[in-house]
Amino acid sequence: MTARLYFEDVKAGDLLPAWSRTTDLMNWNRFAAVNDEFMPFHMDDADGRRAGNPGGAFGMGNLRFAYILNALQDWIGDEAEVREIGCQYRKMNQKGDTLTVSGRVLAAELVGDEGRVRLAVDVVDQDGAATCPGHAVVILPRRK
Amino acid sequence: MATGVTTLITQELRDLEGVWGEPRRSPPVAASDIRKWAIATYWPNTPPPIHWDEAYAAGTRWGGIVAPADFNPFAWPIRRTPLAPLPTPKGLTLTSLNGGQVETYGAPQRPGDIIVDRMRVASFRERHGRFGLMLHVEVENEWTNQDGAFVRRRLSTFIRY
Repeated sequence: MTARLYFEDVKAGDLLPAWSRTTDLMNWNRFAAVNDEFMPFHMDDADGRRAGNPGGAFGMGNLRFAYILNALQDWIGDEAEVREIGCQYRKMNQKGDTLTVSGRVLAAELVGDEGRVRLAVDVVDQDGAATCPGHAVVILPRRK
Repeated sequence: MATGVTTLITQELRDLEGVWGEPRRSPPVAASDIRKWAIATYWPNTPPPIHWDEAYAAGTRWGGIVAPADFNPFAWPIRRTPLAPLPTPKGLTLTSLNGGQVETYGAPQRPGDIIVDRMRVASFRERHGRFGLMLHVEVENEWTNQDGAFVRRRLSTFIRY
């Protein structure tokens, strides 16, 4: 199978293609169902407010983490692999937020035979606020 | 909030640092669970066929369906064992926030895999923040598969104050 992206095609400063989702209970309930993550404050506005979020129920950090992973995977394709993702949760995901995964290549280097690419990543809301800044490492195939 | 104490990292907590707990085993990973996980995390878009189309997946470097790297095979246990509480210095009630996580991936999870998880507190750190003295607890989960291959390491940071 032909790779979607090769190591030789990437350089520092390249941007990850924008990857967005507008999130609400439709997204959160589906994720709760597969991850068995039925925390009351992700489901119910009154519980969300009791947990300190005036906007009511709020989204899961793990789902935003999945969005970072999926944005990276869509960019690199199935012949490459995501090796590492890290992020800090800085802001809650409110109902109706449009979340966009952003990423910028910091370095592309050969480590042994591996084409290793390090990125700064984040999930930014519709107001431009960073909700979970972090980093990622992907391994890209090399051209023969 | 911790008031009237000079440190949150008591000897009792130090004794827990680095000690692995008893491992737990997942039920066999099911292709349908992988498909549903991919649908949920790509919603409302169609997820990539590597997670649900065996014929397509067979033509990739993986040779078959693989799960998204963040797939959790431990969801929906038959017997629910309460999660061990985060270590807390005696006499204090602390609020806990999910500060973030770092996940490192190895072998992909495939249908039929059985994943073994072991967990430990990797480190305690403390610092002064806007809520006073705050305890950062770093919890490490390490997953291997039925062949002993490394699958995933997750370092979760919980902030307690």
